[in-house]
Amino acid sequence: MAENTPVLELRDVNKSFGPIDVLHDISLKVHAGEVLCLLGDNGAGKSTLIKTLAGVHRPTSGTILMDGDEVSFDRPKDAQDRGISTVHQFGGTFPLMTIGRSFFVGVEPTKKFGPLKIFDRKTANETAVKAVQDFGITRIDDGDRLIGGLSGGERQSLAIARAVHFGARVLILDEPTAALGVKQASHVLRIVLEAKKRGLAVIFITHQVTHAMAVGDHFAVLIRGALAANFMRGEKSREEITDLMAGGEALADLDSIIEGYMETHEGHPPAPVA
Amino acid sequence: MDTFAIGNLMRRPEAGAILSLIAVIAFYVIFGGVNLVNLFGAASWVNFAANLGIVALPLGLLMIAGELDISIGAMIPAGSMSIAIVSGYYGMPIVVGMAVALGLGVLVGLVNGLLATRTTVPSLIITLGTLVAMQGIVLAGSVLLTGNASVPLSAPDWAKTIFGQLLGGSYQIIIVWWIALTALFVLIIHYTPWGNWVFAMGGDKESARNAGIPTNKVTITLFVLSAVSASFVGMCGAILFNSAQVSGGMNYIFNAVVSVVVGGVLLTGGFGSVMGIFFGTLTFAIVNQGIYFTDIDRNWSSLIIGVMLLLAVLMNNSFRKLAMTARPKKKPA
Ligand SMILES: Nc1ncnc2c1ncn2[C@@H]1O[C@H](COP(=O)(O)OP(=O)(O)OP(=O)(O)O)[C@@H](O)[C@H]1O
Ligand SMILES: [Mg+2]
Repeated sequence: MAENTPVLELRDVNKSFGPIDVLHDISLKVHAGEVLCLLGDNGAGKSTLIKTLAGVHRPTSGTILMDGDEVSFDRPKDAQDRGISTVHQFGGTFPLMTIGRSFFVGVEPTKKFGPLKIFDRKTANETAVKAVQDFGITRIDDGDRLIGGLSGGERQSLAIARAVHFGARVLILDEPTAALGVKQASHVLRIVLEAKKRGLAVIFITHQVTHAMAVGDHFAVLIRGALAANFMRGEKSREEITDLMAGGEALADLDSIIEGYMETHEGHPPAPVA
Repeated sequence: MDTFAIGNLMRRPEAGAILSLIAVIAFYVIFGGVNLVNLFGAASWVNFAANLGIVALPLGLLMIAGELDISIGAMIPAGSMSIAIVSGYYGMPIVVGMAVALGLGVLVGLVNGLLATRTTVPSLIITLGTLVAMQGIVLAGSVLLTGNASVPLSAPDWAKTIFGQLLGGSYQIIIVWWIALTALFVLIIHYTPWGNWVFAMGGDKESARNAGIPTNKVTITLFVLSAVSASFVGMCGAILFNSAQVSGGMNYIFNAVVSVVVGGVLLTGGFGSVMGIFFGTLTFAIVNQGIYFTDIDRNWSSLIIGVMLLLAVLMNNSFRKLAMTARPKKKPA
């Protein structure tokens, strides 16, 4: 897998907001059919990193490549058009719209009604329901239900199914399981695996080590905006990952991480963790 | 198609408005001794509803899209004064007067829409600005041009027939316009992709834009629709009553917002229906005008409106929650 051209690659990406440097020299590759878990403490820069990938922010310097070609996104729409889809924490952003209607916002199916083209509610509902059922969420069977009436896990699942339906190649999930109970979270994790099976690259942010271990193939740890560790599944133990997820604080191998970091960053250490 | 089960009706945005309507009529019958035949046979509240309804419809759509337009209060007298000045005072053909009246609506709507999309100022403030500015322009303009704050107009028969006749001696033709516009808006808002965009924008403008919806265009269109509808109502009034005054119109702001909210439109946007706005307007009109058919002193009508508004909003809130829950299903355990 790793021999192929990565779907998405970052080379020395930096991002600062005015005087505040948030990301430092991030280089990272994401391959199709791979789940990359992005780990790190609060404020480490995970959300900033994925927003940069999703076209919300532009990198201050550095390049982003898709399939080996350099890309630059002016707007989130540009990233979406290239197949980079972000699912927000609460899934559907239109809680008061029906499943069918929100699924097709902006790309509504129509049918002829006399001289008019009207919204094809039946097709929209059926397609949306089928898309999410294909992901194993069979409890969603009525496209006229409002998004706000779905559980958090169902909403996430629907949003992921939607992204996949519209041809996403990179799926970005920012803490999709954060607000969910055990059962709901396992639904979402299963869907992440299903998306991976379909050949998508998934970037998955989580603070829960169990969730990361359950689906991750590739782990990247951010500490204070720098890439402190970048390893594949099986290369580190669960304990090491747990420690890393705490942001590199209070761990046995803190020094080795910093050393490793300094090697790759011309001897300048990450800013100390407060 | 939808089954008209009570449970399903309760989940629709217009449920609160329909129940409010029934409650208000029942209240007037029980406590006001209203004779329903007299009430339903009367033109006064229907005329009132139609004039208000044409303004409330686009205002409701703006509110669904997460915006507000209070400049309608100035656009009604602006519409009637401009046609009266152009075709009455200056004696130009009535079509010119109409074009000026409606054109003024387009212009003010564009200003509102452009300011709302190009700045981050809330549309309440923007349209408060255009409201006051237009009031000034209408008053100063009329006095400057005609030396008067009231201008007569005599419209030709064909214009009266279309915009300003009384059907059956007391029903304003604008009722027909209101019903036709309601039907048109039902079609556009609930059955076209464009309508879906309006709801998406009210739900989350940023996501709607990212989904490829031309949110600025839609917003500007809605503001134009709102201002034009208001000047249309003013124009029809001038044609019907053969004169125009610079005053009046301010009540419409309050009345239309209440109608829309009673009609089940969520104040923060993203939820509502055209039929809800329609029934909300009807309800408001019955409360406001139906009081004359009761033994109740009409000074109480504001109290009734206030209570009805609160009840309707409470109902709408619980119905919206209900709408979020799954439909009842017969599940074998
Ligand atoms: N638009 C911005 N302007 C200025 N600073 C910002 C901006 N966005 C993020 N930051 C800063 O960048 C740092 C990283 O924030 P980010 O949201 O990326 O962290 P995170 O890793 O996602 O944290 P969490 O786990 O809490 O979600 C924070 O210190 C934050 O204050
Ligand atoms: Mg974050």
